[in-house]
Amino acid sequence: MTDTAEPLLMQGAGAIARAVRAGSASARSVVEASFARATQVDAGPGGLNCLVSSDREASLRAADRAPEDGALAGVPVVLKDNIATTWLTTSCASRILEGYVSPYEATAALRLREAGAVLVGKGNMDEFAMGSSTEHSAFGAARNPLDRSRVPGGSSGGSAAAVASGIVPVALGSETGGSVRQPAAFCGIVGVKPTYGRISRFGLVAFASSLDNIGVFGRRVDDAARVMEVVSGDDTEHDATSAPRAVAGFRTSERDLTGMVIGKPKEYFPASLPRANSERCERALDALRARGAEIRDVSLPHTDLAVPVYYIIAPAECSANLARFDGVRYGLRIEGDGLRGMYEATRSRGFGAEVTRRILLGTYVLSAGYYDAYYRKAMDVRALITRDFSTVFASGVHALFTPTTPTPAFQHGAISDPYEMYMSDIFTVTANLAEVPAISIPIGRVDGLPVGGQVIAPRFDEATMFKVAYALEEELGKEAHR
Amino acid sequence: MPISRDDVLHIAALARIAVPTAGLDTLAQELSGILRHMDALQRVPSEGAAAAADDAREGMRLRADAPPRVPLEHPRESFAPTIEGRDRTRVPAMMDGFFLVPRLATHEDADEEA
Repeated sequence: MTDTAEPLLMQGAGAIARAVRAGSASARSVVEASFARATQVDAGPGGLNCLVSSDREASLRAADRAPEDGALAGVPVVLKDNIATTWLTTSCASRILEGYVSPYEATAALRLREAGAVLVGKGNMDEFAMGSSTEHSAFGAARNPLDRSRVPGGSSGGSAAAVASGIVPVALGSETGGSVRQPAAFCGIVGVKPTYGRISRFGLVAFASSLDNIGVFGRRVDDAARVMEVVSGDDTEHDATSAPRAVAGFRTSERDLTGMVIGKPKEYFPASLPRANSERCERALDALRARGAEIRDVSLPHTDLAVPVYYIIAPAECSANLARFDGVRYGLRIEGDGLRGMYEATRSRGFGAEVTRRILLGTYVLSAGYYDAYYRKAMDVRALITRDFSTVFASGVHALFTPTTPTPAFQHGAISDPYEMYMSDIFTVTANLAEVPAISIPIGRVDGLPVGGQVIAPRFDEATMFKVAYALEEELGKEAHR
Repeated sequence: MPISRDDVLHIAALARIAVPTAGLDTLAQELSGILRHMDALQRVPSEGAAAAADDAREGMRLRADAPPRVPLEHPRESFAPTIEGRDRTRVPAMMDGFFLVPRLATHEDADEEA
């Protein structure tokens, strides 16, 4: 059974769903192949360490119950460990939630299940999604399948590694500042951050509520588009920030970009960008030209302020959101001297170093005397960053092309300074601050390591973003992985 | 502005996190180092940009005032007591212009019990 299904597993979500709908493969056989692949690539703690929980027998039972006529019939999926599921733990890779099982299911998880997808594991991550390397996990660092001495990126590194190693064709991650696009670039796969509000956040454990999004990984653009079509859409009943908009089809067979204007923002191509990365980007821009697009130089003048703005707003919101983890309602409780002692003992032992640092930073910027200087100022500059995008898109530019990251995947332990790590997000945080959709797709390799290119589109125009991504992927062909 | 050891102790107390004395200097240094990069924001004129952007945005959509699909574990009245109104319908109980709600347990209650 596995022998016939294993190649199918590698063919992508569309091929699997078609085969299951046609009755030429069963969901159970595909899920068996997924678990066999996990063993083959050594996905466990001593290896890739990309999954923090899985239950083979429960997944097989779920496969037997999965609807065989859905858009994702029989497609095995990994969900990041901060997306609520009712039969695997949702620990956010934190000691404070170790072993926690949610009493309810995230809307995105429910929609995948109703479309026939089968959960095979929860993806390792930086604790509470705070990090850019998946080194800050309470369950140990995840590894990059293409070079295990390197990080898979983060914070959704486990989901990215599961897709890149062939365990699943698609996965869900979450984005607050680039946590899907950056690991997608590091692992040589596709990663999508939708418009804020496009995918319900119900059941996504909150980190920074004005920036958090559920995002999608796929080995190919078409895989990601299929999953986006399933998980997107109105869920205002559960999430007041969910957009009450119809979901257009994101898949398209159109590969001609004639008449489209793609902006090349100069701030994303600084002199410090390694030459090899810059060359891969130029090759991608040539590919877009070859498909008929006009490339136009543009400017987003407040880009250099995005990282400082992000690292005020996100910690501020995280310090409020994570106040609920106090030993009373969820997970870990360490007894202390009185109620306050219990809070402090629980939170000190339960949170890791990076989460503690961000809670303290957020508490500081919100505290009396500093609120105006930091938080209010950051909100004002965020509005300027958003206006930069609106201005460029209003000038007749349909989408933007940039590098996804300033460097390829770095070695484990290579970055110890917190701010240097934060700078990994320099090309991705702007899309979160401006709430616009963005996709990272592979555009080539440097010294054998994947490099990602990013396509950014106006709010709620994922259709244009996917159209450009499909064309770029097809034009680059095998060059995207060389 | 650099963060001092006392600042770290103050914000740690606000955040209900106990920071061991041995870690105070490191945290103060790290947080000061991060905040130094934030000073770049002060050079940009941005007064009122967020408020202007908020005015231009669509407001938050309101949900219909209908019962939730998932039944409540406790009746709604246990969260917000009602009394009979003038036209014999049930209306929220009020006192001095405020809705009456059941008293919630507080930190002080827990300390008193301990």
